[in-house]
Amino acid sequence: MWRFIAGRLLQAIPVILAVITVTFFLVRVAPGGPFDSEKAVIPEVKAALEAQYRLDLPLGQQYLAYLADLAKGELGPSFKYPGRSVNELIAAGLPATAELGAYALLVAVVLGGLAGVIASLKPNSAQDYIPMSVAMIGICMPTFLLGPLLVLLFGIHLEWLPVAGWGDMPGDKILPSLTLGAAYAAYTARLSRAGMLEVMSQDYIRTARAKGLPEWQVVTRHALRGGLIPVVAFLGPAFAGLLAGSFVVETIFQIPGLGRFYVQAAFNRDYTMILGTTVFLSTLIVLFNLLSDVLAAWLNPRLRAQFGEA
Amino acid sequence: MTATTITDATLAEQGTSLWQDAWRRLRKNRLALFGLAVLSTFIVIALVTPWIAPYAYDAQNLDLGASPPSAEHWLGTDIFGRDLLTQIMFGGRISLAVGFVATAVALVIGVTWGAVAGYMGGRVDAVMMRLVDILYALPFMIFIVLLMVVFGRNLLLLFLAIGAVEWLTMARIMRGQVQSLRQQEFVEAAISLGLSPATIVRRHLVPNALGPIIVYTTLTIPSVMLLEAFLSFLGLGVQPPATSWGLLISYGAETMEEYPWLLIFPGAALTLTLFSLNFLGDGLRDALDVRGSGD
Amino acid sequence: MNPVFSLSARVFLACTLVACSTGESNVGQGNREGVFHVGNGSEPQGLDPHVVTGVPESKIIDTLFEGLTRKNPWTLEPEPGAAASWEFSEDLRVITFYMQPEGRWSNGDPVTAHDFVWSWRRALDPAMGNLYAYMLYPVENAEAYATGKLSDPEQVGVRALDDMTLQVTLNAPTPYFLQLMDHYSSYAVHRATIERFGKSTDRFTQWTRVGNIVTNGPFQLKEWQLNRRIAVERNPHYWDADVLRLNGVVFYPTENIVSEERMFRVHQLHYTGDVPLNKIPAYRKLPNTPFVEAPFLGTYFYLLNTERPPLDDVLVRRALSLAVDREAVTRNVLYGSNNPAYSITPPGTLGYQPPQLFSYDPAEARRLLAEAGYPEGAGWPGLELIYNTSESHRKIAVALQQMWKDVLNIEVTLSNQEWKVYLDSVSEMNFQIARRGWIGDYVDPNNFLDMYISGGGNNNTGFSDPVYDDLILQQAPRAATEEERFALFYEAETRLMEQMPIIPIYTYASKHLVHPSVRGLPPNLMDFINVKYIYLDDVPLTEIELE
Repeated sequence: MWRFIAGRLLQAIPVILAVITVTFFLVRVAPGGPFDSEKAVIPEVKAALEAQYRLDLPLGQQYLAYLADLAKGELGPSFKYPGRSVNELIAAGLPATAELGAYALLVAVVLGGLAGVIASLKPNSAQDYIPMSVAMIGICMPTFLLGPLLVLLFGIHLEWLPVAGWGDMPGDKILPSLTLGAAYAAYTARLSRAGMLEVMSQDYIRTARAKGLPEWQVVTRHALRGGLIPVVAFLGPAFAGLLAGSFVVETIFQIPGLGRFYVQAAFNRDYTMILGTTVFLSTLIVLFNLLSDVLAAWLNPRLRAQFGEA
Repeated sequence: MTATTITDATLAEQGTSLWQDAWRRLRKNRLALFGLAVLSTFIVIALVTPWIAPYAYDAQNLDLGASPPSAEHWLGTDIFGRDLLTQIMFGGRISLAVGFVATAVALVIGVTWGAVAGYMGGRVDAVMMRLVDILYALPFMIFIVLLMVVFGRNLLLLFLAIGAVEWLTMARIMRGQVQSLRQQEFVEAAISLGLSPATIVRRHLVPNALGPIIVYTTLTIPSVMLLEAFLSFLGLGVQPPATSWGLLISYGAETMEEYPWLLIFPGAALTLTLFSLNFLGDGLRDALDVRGSGD
Repeated sequence: MNPVFSLSARVFLACTLVACSTGESNVGQGNREGVFHVGNGSEPQGLDPHVVTGVPESKIIDTLFEGLTRKNPWTLEPEPGAAASWEFSEDLRVITFYMQPEGRWSNGDPVTAHDFVWSWRRALDPAMGNLYAYMLYPVENAEAYATGKLSDPEQVGVRALDDMTLQVTLNAPTPYFLQLMDHYSSYAVHRATIERFGKSTDRFTQWTRVGNIVTNGPFQLKEWQLNRRIAVERNPHYWDADVLRLNGVVFYPTENIVSEERMFRVHQLHYTGDVPLNKIPAYRKLPNTPFVEAPFLGTYFYLLNTERPPLDDVLVRRALSLAVDREAVTRNVLYGSNNPAYSITPPGTLGYQPPQLFSYDPAEARRLLAEAGYPEGAGWPGLELIYNTSESHRKIAVALQQMWKDVLNIEVTLSNQEWKVYLDSVSEMNFQIARRGWIGDYVDPNNFLDMYISGGGNNNTGFSDPVYDDLILQQAPRAATEEERFALFYEAETRLMEQMPIIPIYTYASKHLVHPSVRGLPPNLMDFINVKYIYLDDVPLTEIELE
């Protein structure tokens, strides 16, 4: 098991390096530069700006200089926010996004997982249809729609919860967490139901039933493990993807998070910020994909045995 | 024991009879038939829309503006005074096409990729899945902007761009399924019978992993339809006056307090499609589930 | 135990826990404490007046810093700022500013003429990369120094005769020069602070952070939380601190104007930077409406690429322009907040009335198109219109697309582009028709008309007319009287609109939601806020019920 994890971490290095390299050149090929603005920029001014950000060097040199800085843990100065380093911006945005992501994941796993498992126990009955219909509406309901709807209902009409903010007023974290969690909860519900149904027809479940175990023990001890494998495979990358996905929620609720920086960096052609957030994101993706693979292995006894042998 | 018998049975059967069998079972599932009927209706309407739409899709009446449903305009009009029913009908052509084609692209790439990686294991698996990791991490927006600049704007490109993004998760799910199935007796039996890997993947692994894949596919179609709207905002995708359900919904969301019908009707079209897809998907899954048939 | 149930249970539980009180609103608390809560569009890039550009930045910087003058928000006439008074020389080329005797930085240092000399040289320093350096170009040798043609900053026409006297020499008489004195590019920055944190031209220093920054305006920086809020509090050393009635201002980076409107509705903001178009009718209907609109010094128009067929034909350009029913657009798409535009200069700019050479005329438009060789749209090669992604740009483009189809029977395809791609297309002239807007930096027709000189950086149409260039660059600056100067502008603008390299569509309007407790915040042509005049009345908060 440990050898597997160590191996994967070793593989992460070329993965992240590849991501950096591709991104580095991709952003520079994209039309529009960081200093383009609606009013024409005087050539001398543009040249001075480019010199301050090393953009006047040959591409190859820029790339090597970036890697050298990165090796020291420096992600460089932001183009959009002069006087701020990318490290500082990421550090400023991360806490809110991580917290939001964690709550959303909680909503997804608890509500979605529970709904999916319950539905799978009595397929094609009311116990199946009702939670699944809610889940389907959740999938149809993109965050840019669900967020405003929740705000209108709970913030404006009922006046129960704040319409925006993060940690400024009591209860202002509830609506954003629900909004972001809902989409994932819907997926989790569908996937866990399908996974459970798949597992429930397997031999080892029949064996367990034949042994006379009560149904709830069959579910919790045996079925749940296998049934959640597809959910785990989905949630790994999904959690890393929350960073990009939380942009909409962060904008609707005025949350000072990383998602806004990540998306706006691309719009602003803030090269260092795009690269910095991408490096950060790719590290997260590698880690979470690894985590989800490890979890899947742990949930799957046969695979676990395989790791044990290795 | 059971598994080996089934394997023998499947081996003996031709692929067609499996599908015939499935169709027989599907026909008994009323919800699945309902889903199939709705989807077929939508597709037929989409095909004949240019001839049956009540208005021209770009005909404006600025002075009328946004008006609620009425006898002339069954679903109301948008702020340009354009008939919403017509907009939804034409939008459905784009959305259904994007949804099905892009998902099909994602499905083919993702399932193949995941199945091969899961089956081969070892280094091949590692390299293939790390490539997936790399693609996950690339800044999507910059990628889209570049695609547009390099290839220009067209619908085919849109399908490809969406498919290129959506197959990644599909591949991960498929790989997980195949990995766990590979260890099971009936696959080991098939290997010991000397079947070629391609045959094993196609005959045994893919059909048995279909459950989650079908479900994920039915989830992908609506999310692809919404993603299309986002890409349109980046400049890829359909441009006004052409429209799609995703665009209608995002426009409608902005005016949901003032003109709720502009959100409700396109939203209903998408929701109905999703429900139908899910009913059909579940029906298909049950129908194809050889082992579950005894229950 | 279905998700809906547990969801509402969770919300209910959360509500009971916090007793369903969302705390006192910002507006209620702000009214009591004299703190003004402002929706400010986006997170500012920074607070260094010589580094940043943009409206949200300027709103904050204007509270922290002060130029030589500060505009009166009702009349837009310059009032004393860091300078207590000023006088012009006989030939109007030399201005002498006398500094405020009690002018102080927020650390107690006196604000001197030397501060301005040093700061203007910094603003113009080519190494600074200041995008707004050109605002100081009317100053003698400023342009030469900023573009590196002159390396000696001593030769720039700004000198300190003594601590309290600043002398500015201009290239030519510049009627609008005093207006530039309260643009942030001409603000003074605190030399000792900047040098403590790095080189004077270094963009990467920490001198603008809370605790470091030293400013000379009515307020000083109190709190700066990225993407959350920026709060300023009274500067105790400010020379005119006695007239201040606000105790502080809090700026929120409200990127999403729909969210901003909701924050206003629940009394979280006194003032919004913008109003969603769709909400305008509902707000107008409110008794005692908080919706405030006013003409704004800017024009919304389409650029026509005169170097590409079929737009290289002036007949086609005019046909397109005459086929646009601007009244219908402003009335139905923009809910009547904006006026139709028939010229590039907004009417009434400092008393200047631009020519109106045409109006909506479908018959004439068809005739022109036929004359150009496309009768009833026959043989029309097609056109593409680009605009950057935005709800209102899309709406206007969709409306015009249909007008051109209905009136001229021609197809124009629309193509929205992501912001930077769009900027690239416009500056490379890689388009046929492109959406464009121009907002005046100062109130003078020159700011609009000098865009269309041959090869001008913001021309982007290929329009080139030597007579026009001569009128704008040579004759107008030498005009003896304002009347004569405006006559020259009128002549130039007439030539421009005859050639129609642009299709004007509407003049801008500023739109805000302003809480009834806010006083001393008059709407004006520059959408300018002078915090010195603002105060908050403790009026009871009433529920805002739309529709």
